[in-house]
Amino acid sequence: MPGIGFLIASALLLGLAALAALIWSLRSGQYDDLDGASERILNDDD
Amino acid sequence: MAALTLSRSLFEGDESFDPAPFVRRDAKGIARLELLVKGARCANCLAKIENGVKALDGVREARLNLSTGKLAVTWTGNRLAPAAILRRVTELGYDARAYDPGAYLENEKDEGRALLTCLAVAGFGSVFVVGLTDSVWYGGGDMSEATRNLFFWIAGAVSIPTALFAGRPFFRSAFKSLSAGHANMDVPIGLSILLSLALSVYLTVLHDKHSYFDAAVMLPFLLLIGRYLDFAVRRKAKGAARDLAAMQAVTVRKLDTSGLPQSVAARDVAVGDRLLLAAGERVAVDGVIEDHGTTADLSLVTGESEPVAIGQGEMLRAGSIVMGRAIVLKASARVENSLVAEISRLIEAGQQSRSRYVKLADRAARLYVPVVHGLALSVFLFWFVAMDAGITLSLKYAISLLIITCPCALGLAVPAVQIVATGILFRRGLLVKSGDALERLAEADIAIFDKTGTLTRGRPVPVNLQAISQSDLKKAARLARASRHPLARALAGAAVVGDVASGVRETGGEGIETSDRGLSEKLGSAIFVGATAQDMHQSELWYREGTAAPVRFAFSDPLRSDTPQTLRTIASQGLKIEMLSGDRDGVAATIAREAGIDQWRGQTGPVEKTHRLEELRKGGHKVLMVGDGLNDAASLALAHVSISPGTAVDAAQAAADMVLQGESLAPIGDAIAISRQARRRVLENFAFAIAYNAVAIPLAAFGLVTPLIAALAMAGSSLIVTLNALRLAASTGGAR
Repeated sequence: MPGIGFLIASALLLGLAALAALIWSLRSGQYDDLDGASERILNDDD
Repeated sequence: MAALTLSRSLFEGDESFDPAPFVRRDAKGIARLELLVKGARCANCLAKIENGVKALDGVREARLNLSTGKLAVTWTGNRLAPAAILRRVTELGYDARAYDPGAYLENEKDEGRALLTCLAVAGFGSVFVVGLTDSVWYGGGDMSEATRNLFFWIAGAVSIPTALFAGRPFFRSAFKSLSAGHANMDVPIGLSILLSLALSVYLTVLHDKHSYFDAAVMLPFLLLIGRYLDFAVRRKAKGAARDLAAMQAVTVRKLDTSGLPQSVAARDVAVGDRLLLAAGERVAVDGVIEDHGTTADLSLVTGESEPVAIGQGEMLRAGSIVMGRAIVLKASARVENSLVAEISRLIEAGQQSRSRYVKLADRAARLYVPVVHGLALSVFLFWFVAMDAGITLSLKYAISLLIITCPCALGLAVPAVQIVATGILFRRGLLVKSGDALERLAEADIAIFDKTGTLTRGRPVPVNLQAISQSDLKKAARLARASRHPLARALAGAAVVGDVASGVRETGGEGIETSDRGLSEKLGSAIFVGATAQDMHQSELWYREGTAAPVRFAFSDPLRSDTPQTLRTIASQGLKIEMLSGDRDGVAATIAREAGIDQWRGQTGPVEKTHRLEELRKGGHKVLMVGDGLNDAASLALAHVSISPGTAVDAAQAAADMVLQGESLAPIGDAIAISRQARRRVLENFAFAIAYNAVAIPLAAFGLVTPLIAALAMAGSSLIVTLNALRLAASTGGAR
């Protein structure tokens, strides 16, 4: 039982962390220019 | 996806364009300007433009968004002239225009982010809750009651906040429609989410073997996928249409008190302002000509294709283009009170009559909502009263019925097809501004076309080139390239590439001359070169080298190259074709003959056009209207469904359901074919959803459905509906 409790808690935390990361990336505008992002990687000075 | 093909003509505006009025400064003195850049597609362009602009003095940041084609530039200080940025981008070889975004753009971005956030939260909840509850369904036999109940409580603790958060778009829409007195599809969705949460909590309190927490989070998750895709397509279509409109919101040159021209935004022009208009410039507000007569192209206002002479003191309407001498126009109305505003009142009236149209999905919802709720209620009463099953069990059966008939399939039936169809049409160069426009297009049985700018290009093209020697054309084009006059541009365009004459003197409205090759060369009106005008009804340009015989270039507005072919396609699709033109009968007859149209009327003004549409509608016809001018805008709004070319005035584009993106009319034929296929797919999806419910409802009503089966059936039915929609892309060849 303590094992399951630990696993569930860590799964929840990991899930929430991933959700928080996604929402952060969304709010910081990282999905605003997907075409540009894929081209920008080719520029050395960026 | 390739960048948007914006209509070329908009970029052919005047180079004197000054974006200064569109610069915005924040409290710290940082200036910001947004430019719409055309032609940038690759990493190289990105670096070239950004670095080129950053090299300008004072520029802090230049960032180009490849998806939208917008270049945002910020700088400090006053040393940098906004026009210099525009010039730099142009020098780098890209077309650029200032862009006046307006406030509502930000709202839309927020809406997309809010939907994505809801989707992410629902996805997180689904994975987590399904993981917990699935272990109960599969391993439930070995599980103690205490462990199972703990799992359900944890599932509940996660699913209640996530489902309530992710379900907000549905709750809001359901609430809105309920307070308006009718029920849309979101009412049963919202109800299912709330009821399944409430029932699950109740069952878990009772230590029951079942809970519906997984269904409560999966429901919004599956539906939000469709919602977001729908939003993304609409935003793309609306964004491109708005880009066109934003670019037309141009600046004008206003004469200040000392008589010097000064660039201001068209929306800031006050009544009584004196505006300077050179040849080729579009009139932004209604006004009276102050200094002297000129000729003007009124095709967007009246539909007449030939330039018209306008005298001093006469009224020039917004949307006209000055063709002759530069003039000073005294504004007699603000932009919002110009002819455009008058037309927009007509548009509103037309759109109201169209809003009576009931979408297929809403018709289905009207049937679906009372039927499902009635069934759920009768199942409850059946078990509670007739079978005496007790309130818990009766409620449980009623709610599993609500869940299994979850309108996922029905809710996806229409948007999934519309997403695929609008996506295909978008790639083929047609923006669909509203989803139900496709449904209406599928029903159209008469196509009415405007002439100028719709069947024809709406731009002069030299027509007698075969009678002119190649060297004359080359020499005339050398001069033509130095002028911004529309006819000179048409001539330069016909000669493709070559050098430009230097030392050119331009006599406004008359012509241009140079002697940079030692010989006097003139290009302009007949009088200017000393020849006699031939045909009053044809635009002409004369070229004369020294004392040699003058060469006459005649211009007319020809059919688009694919007009006859497109009309044949549309006719073969069973639509009757009719042309309504504001132009003179003679010109209209010629074009009708060339395009192969038997039914046509000339000299029809905006009001006669709407009368004809009204007449056809009373006769039971569903009219597809295709037009581009201010004179068509009211008809576009009144028609059952409407399309306008990308070169149309913004009032026409605003009124139309769909906007063509390129020079070609061919996407209209594609759109009719695809809209009919889409309609078939939608009906198939409805048929499937009905069949699915016909099986699922009895099963649920007799209490034979476990939550796992309900969840699987729900996901499966959504999948089938989506796959059926994707068949549309396969059968039409997808992107071409």
